[in-house]
Amino acid sequence: MPTPTEPGLARPAPAPVPPAPRRRGPRRGNTFHFWLFTGPFLLGLAVFVYVPIGWSVYLSFFEARFTVTPEKFIGLDNYRHMLTNDDFVGSLGTFTVFAAFIVPTTWALSLALALLVHRLRFMRAFFRSVFFLPTACSYVAAALIWKMSLFSGVRFGLMNTVLGWFGVENVAWLADPDPPWYWLVIVTARLWLQAGFYMILFLAALQNIPGELYEAAAIDGARPGPQTFRHITLPQLRATSAAVVLLLLVAAYQAFDEFYNLLDKTTWGRPPLVELYLKALGENQDYGAGSAGAVILTALICLVTLFQGRLMGFGRGEGTK
Amino acid sequence: MSAWSKSNWDRRTVLRAAMGLAAAGGLAACGGNTGRGGGSGTRLTQYFHAYGEAGTEQAVKRYAKAYKEADVTTQWITSSDFENKLFATLLTDNAPDVFEFHPQIQLVRSGQVADLTDLVAPVKDDFNPADIASHTVDGKTYGIRMIDDPQFFFYRPSLLEKAGVEVPRTLDELIEAAAKLTTGKVKGLYLGNDLHAVITPMIWSAGADTLDEKNQIAYHTDGVVEGLRKMRTLFTSGDLLLGAPTDYWDPSALNQGLCAIQFCGMWAMPQMQQALGDDLGVFPFPKVTGGGAPSVYNGGWSMFVNAKGKHVDEAKEYVKWLWIDQKEYQEDWATSYGFHIPPRTSIAEQADKLKSGLAAEGVELFNQYGHFDNIGWTQAMITALEDVFADCVRKGGDPEAALDKADKAVGRELKKLFG
Repeated sequence: MPTPTEPGLARPAPAPVPPAPRRRGPRRGNTFHFWLFTGPFLLGLAVFVYVPIGWSVYLSFFEARFTVTPEKFIGLDNYRHMLTNDDFVGSLGTFTVFAAFIVPTTWALSLALALLVHRLRFMRAFFRSVFFLPTACSYVAAALIWKMSLFSGVRFGLMNTVLGWFGVENVAWLADPDPPWYWLVIVTARLWLQAGFYMILFLAALQNIPGELYEAAAIDGARPGPQTFRHITLPQLRATSAAVVLLLLVAAYQAFDEFYNLLDKTTWGRPPLVELYLKALGENQDYGAGSAGAVILTALICLVTLFQGRLMGFGRGEGTK
Repeated sequence: MSAWSKSNWDRRTVLRAAMGLAAAGGLAACGGNTGRGGGSGTRLTQYFHAYGEAGTEQAVKRYAKAYKEADVTTQWITSSDFENKLFATLLTDNAPDVFEFHPQIQLVRSGQVADLTDLVAPVKDDFNPADIASHTVDGKTYGIRMIDDPQFFFYRPSLLEKAGVEVPRTLDELIEAAAKLTTGKVKGLYLGNDLHAVITPMIWSAGADTLDEKNQIAYHTDGVVEGLRKMRTLFTSGDLLLGAPTDYWDPSALNQGLCAIQFCGMWAMPQMQQALGDDLGVFPFPKVTGGGAPSVYNGGWSMFVNAKGKHVDEAKEYVKWLWIDQKEYQEDWATSYGFHIPPRTSIAEQADKLKSGLAAEGVELFNQYGHFDNIGWTQAMITALEDVFADCVRKGGDPEAALDKADKAVGRELKKLFG
């Protein structure tokens, strides 16, 4: 911690400060400046976020095929259609499988990376950047690299080359759904892309744990390693962990790019957003049913988030009980 | 503590940076060329899917530039789902005035494509009759065929000879050949990563069709079910190349020696000949059942005019100029960048490149076994049968159940279109 320098005795006493000149203009100038600075953002937020959400809710009550300005009100028919639609309900199952894979693995990997980088005595900034860099890569670009060079089904694909050294037959990672190797491709791609970002969050939290705690533990006889990790580090990271899991879950709900690019024209492995995209923008252009699905999905995300926040105590703050 | 924790961003910095970004975004938007408004003369936009052959994009832009009556902008759509992008854009103000696609009746029924009968009428006799029929609904012609693209199998005779395999005449023989041709490094057969390219050929070769003359479902037959079962056997045999970096329409799989037989289109023939020389042969999709016959899908691309666009008449003029009047460009388009069969008889007769060797064999397959597009067979129905292949060939579901599911989707579509 930086310590403030003691004022030297030789320093002259501060001269009396003249009273600050009164601000010109009436007091409501503050209000004006508030709107000046936040207005454009609020406007953008309203135009690009709230209006589309509202419009989507509106559309969900209408028969809106090939149009976004429908006239025929059909009440809850779109909702009934979506909730009894096997593809949409199935996509929620697909999402659950995906979340079950991706949330724990990303959590564990980013925490492990953070612990490693935190321990480094040299080149810490370098490794932090290296692990963070994939975050800057686009999902589409990564999906294409995964599909065409790492996990391509031909003999010169990277994974098949490696397996070939051990005499294993070529595997068609994405083309053949049985066994479902496509999950490996999808999960590893996302893991590579997002682990670095969450590592940074954990790193920041690790740096916030007071060193005294570890010193006190050492004096009390705690051995460094698993014991201190379990009883000090992990509990201290609780709020961050909750936030990370929450963000991961929301990100998983929003998964689209890699599924869309890796599993083109399949009837399996479609998460909700891909399903809704095909519904609303496929050959039927059914915006009504698509919007109803989007509203259902939003409601689900809100519910899960609230439930999870309650369960893990997100927002209660680091260090409080 | 590292430098990390000290770099505090105060609110003002963040706000300033965000404002800067917003302003930059606004300015960038002003500079964008939207292809509309401003300048003199009519501005037209045309949509093309990305052709794989070198020089095609330049050729399309060169033709457009030569047109003096309007300023034609070309959008070269590289995404794999050209149809989704096209359908979505057609609903908006940014819809293209002119676009290439396949004849599909829902575009006619929804009033999306303009009637081009009067453009085609003077030269109607010069067109392949099938190419007129496939674009005609109730006596009106809605599109102009640019190129016909037969799709069939390409094989390496040297590899077949080495394995002691004859050119397959039935689907069973093809499956057997694939097994014999598969070695440690080469897979026997490549049908594309999702196998969807062979859906309609398989249906035709099983003695069935997509729809009959009365526009009713004709694909749900025992022959097709048998075909689907055989395709499943092939898919799980391990003799099929799967997960290749390029799809069926690209000749790389055959050219790079990944497979011995590949399903592809005649467009890729020049590239294959360049890579493999004389070690190349062609054969149609073999018959699936005793009652079936070999088949070839005569695909291709046609020009359509957006009837809901702002410049319908100007767009029709442009289409007439390029795809009716400018025969030189039409021949250039069909034969200079990959082989396509010109739908105009007068041009086809002049196309020397298609008259000898393997190209002539391809034309022969086109004439003898070819099935043209059925305008009543729409994108939603195509997707329904793709789902059948996904469900029962790639996923191992029951063919009957998959076809029943498709019947529902296709039936709904047919009811909408034909009542």
